[in-house]
Amino acid sequence: MTRKQKRLSVIAGGLAFLGAATGLTFYALGQKASYFYMPADLTNASLQPGQRIRLGGLVEKGTIERGQGATVAFSVTDNQKQVKVTYIGILPDLFREEQGVITEGTFRPDGVFVADSVLAKHDENYMPKEVAESLKSKGVWQESKSD
Amino acid sequence: MVETGHFALVLAFALSLVQTLVPMFGARMNNQKMMAVGSPVAVTGFALTALSFAALAIAYATSDFSVANVWDNSHSLQPLIYKITGTWGNHEGSMLLWVLILTFFGALVAAFGSNLPAALRANVLAVQGAIGATFFLFILATSNPFARLNPAPIEGRDLNPILQDLGLAIHPPLLYLGYVGFSICFSFSVAALIEGRIDASWARWVRPWTLVAWMFLTGGIAMGSYWAYYELGWGGFWFWDPVENASFMPWLAGTALLHSAIVMEKRSALKIWTLLLAILTFSLSLLGTFLVRSGVLTSVHAFATDPTRGVFILCILTLFIGGSLALFAFRASRLTAGGLFHPISREGALVLNNLFLTTATATVLIGTLYPLAVEAVSADKISVGAPFFNLTFGPLMVPLLAVVPFGPLLAWKRGDIFAVAQRLMAAFAAALLAVLVTALFIDGASVFAALGVGLAFWLICGALTDIAVKSGFGTVAPGVMLRRFAGLPRSVFGTALAHLGLGLTTLGIVGTLCFGTEKILSMHAGETVQLSGHTLRFEGLYPAQGPNYSEDRGRFALLGADGSTTAVITSAKRSYPIRQMTTTESGIKTIGFSQLYLSLGDEGTDGSVVVRLWWKPLVTLIWGGGLVMMAGAAMSLMDRRLRVGAPSRRRKSTGAVPSASLP
Repeated sequence: MTRKQKRLSVIAGGLAFLGAATGLTFYALGQKASYFYMPADLTNASLQPGQRIRLGGLVEKGTIERGQGATVAFSVTDNQKQVKVTYIGILPDLFREEQGVITEGTFRPDGVFVADSVLAKHDENYMPKEVAESLKSKGVWQESKSD
Repeated sequence: MVETGHFALVLAFALSLVQTLVPMFGARMNNQKMMAVGSPVAVTGFALTALSFAALAIAYATSDFSVANVWDNSHSLQPLIYKITGTWGNHEGSMLLWVLILTFFGALVAAFGSNLPAALRANVLAVQGAIGATFFLFILATSNPFARLNPAPIEGRDLNPILQDLGLAIHPPLLYLGYVGFSICFSFSVAALIEGRIDASWARWVRPWTLVAWMFLTGGIAMGSYWAYYELGWGGFWFWDPVENASFMPWLAGTALLHSAIVMEKRSALKIWTLLLAILTFSLSLLGTFLVRSGVLTSVHAFATDPTRGVFILCILTLFIGGSLALFAFRASRLTAGGLFHPISREGALVLNNLFLTTATATVLIGTLYPLAVEAVSADKISVGAPFFNLTFGPLMVPLLAVVPFGPLLAWKRGDIFAVAQRLMAAFAAALLAVLVTALFIDGASVFAALGVGLAFWLICGALTDIAVKSGFGTVAPGVMLRRFAGLPRSVFGTALAHLGLGLTTLGIVGTLCFGTEKILSMHAGETVQLSGHTLRFEGLYPAQGPNYSEDRGRFALLGADGSTTAVITSAKRSYPIRQMTTTESGIKTIGFSQLYLSLGDEGTDGSVVVRLWWKPLVTLIWGGGLVMMAGAAMSLMDRRLRVGAPSRRRKSTGAVPSASLP
């Protein structure tokens, strides 16, 4: 190989590498990014069976039931629709009735949402940002009590 | 005292403007007197910022609730250490710490940069002053930590309970020393662009600063990871959370910079690329500051959300990133490219390193910003989490780690890959042995797990091989070898240590992810549970009272083979009445390099408690490897050739061992 060919092959190799990395990145974004829904959004959403989503809303009052071992069931609501969620594990410290929560997981065929993670990360208004914004856009936002 | 602090901050802002304008015009007009203004102003600016910071810290230590910031983030019953660390456990205070460290680095350049060419030093200090000026203005205009309350409240609102931990004393200062330390590399780059001149000595000045910043950033990230691990009670060491990524991106780019600066220093090649990397690394630090401080992300780090702050930081971001890149576009063509090299050579290996690391940085950047971009253009809200990063970052890192041992053994300019492969045979054999032992003797080891262990051993043994080969192991007499070993440059040890640390971290990650076990169950007092060969007995819940919280302590006895208690592990549910928050204190028992980790869940109606237990094999190596990497950076800093531009205490420490470079 001449010097020029060598240099060209190095550059081609580099570009092929970058191309592969870019392709992988966009493939992964398409496959692995999980969308956020509130219960009322689900009627219009076309979900593949087994597709991972994040479901957010408020923990409906009086729906927290503890089952066998560490199993917990509760309903997530956006004051329009409710979705029943089951979860095995320890609920976060900030998990409370009538407060914002984000669960991540998949729907069972019977319509119950099986969460493998429950997040109650929040700002000072005890509300995850996504949940607060969605509630506001639905017009069902109530200014939380000032402490 | 509080007003003094505020006034000092205003003065520091004014001085930073002087520091920006006077030396820069001085350098332009070749006026020695104007250029000389930079150093004393930088030192004074640092002293004033330190005074301002001390004023706030004293207000915190003495619980002066007439200061709104103290009232909002402190309580008189808090232990003194958390009162003091609370100074930077909030938005305003942490920004003050940010500028304190920025001016600290500026003062270091002023104090130890007497051997820099006058014009270069003037321009570096000017750029440093400009960064400082914008952030001082940001603090004074949008985030004043000294605002008073009238009438003063009697009691404060307490520090966020998650932050009431020793981690707050260590993690943010280390992280900021790293983040902000890269500002020096940025200032040097912009100064070089302003002057239109760059040479190998420039790299010799920049490299120690890069090393210092990288060392602290490594420590900051490792400490943050360990803190999240034990504090959150989720047992995870890395969540690919956007805030974590915000600190990880400058680390990746900084690692690339660390390596490309070597090529530039030794071979005068990759000049323009190194300069661009220095700009990008600090730009990513600024981006991180924006992501964390603007409130676009919700996390423990985003203390409060105020849209004007976000817009302000976005303006700073645009000014510095846009400005420096525009300057780069105009001036880069003036800089001459240097040194040619064969693709298979030390330079070639370092270019490969840069290719992988910058691509990895780009994937992390895309994964972090994509959700924000999608949300901006559509109503969809998406999250990009671990599955994305495992699929993109993982495949990029594995080949990079696999070629790491080759790099330091290749010769400059033109290397012999076969000769290097031969020298690495022993390391390869050790790695292969590790794969076989893992696959055959450890139950439930997958192929991936075995290969992961092999990769870690390959890195560790590769780093040791580097030292062995360079001291002539097996080719010269033992006496000669020892002398050569002692005479190796410090930077060779630094490289080997850093790569060894990388191997240890890899081993820790593979061990934890592939061989860890986990159980969730509800337990009554007196029940026992088995986990990976360890027997634990739940002794019951005991209430206890802390200074500003009450807690329920779950006591667990680790039982020996004969049923006797060998250790007691305590996990607690703490409740902080002032903020009405509950936190979980995890119970951790370190056994060798591994840990038994348990965290308490909710109490059931029948008196049982939900308990989550993990066995985390080799988990401490994840952070231990980080410490070894830091030691590697410190070792490199002691190298004789970095004496130029390095602070004098390092000069002393190398001077104490002059024999190191004699043979």
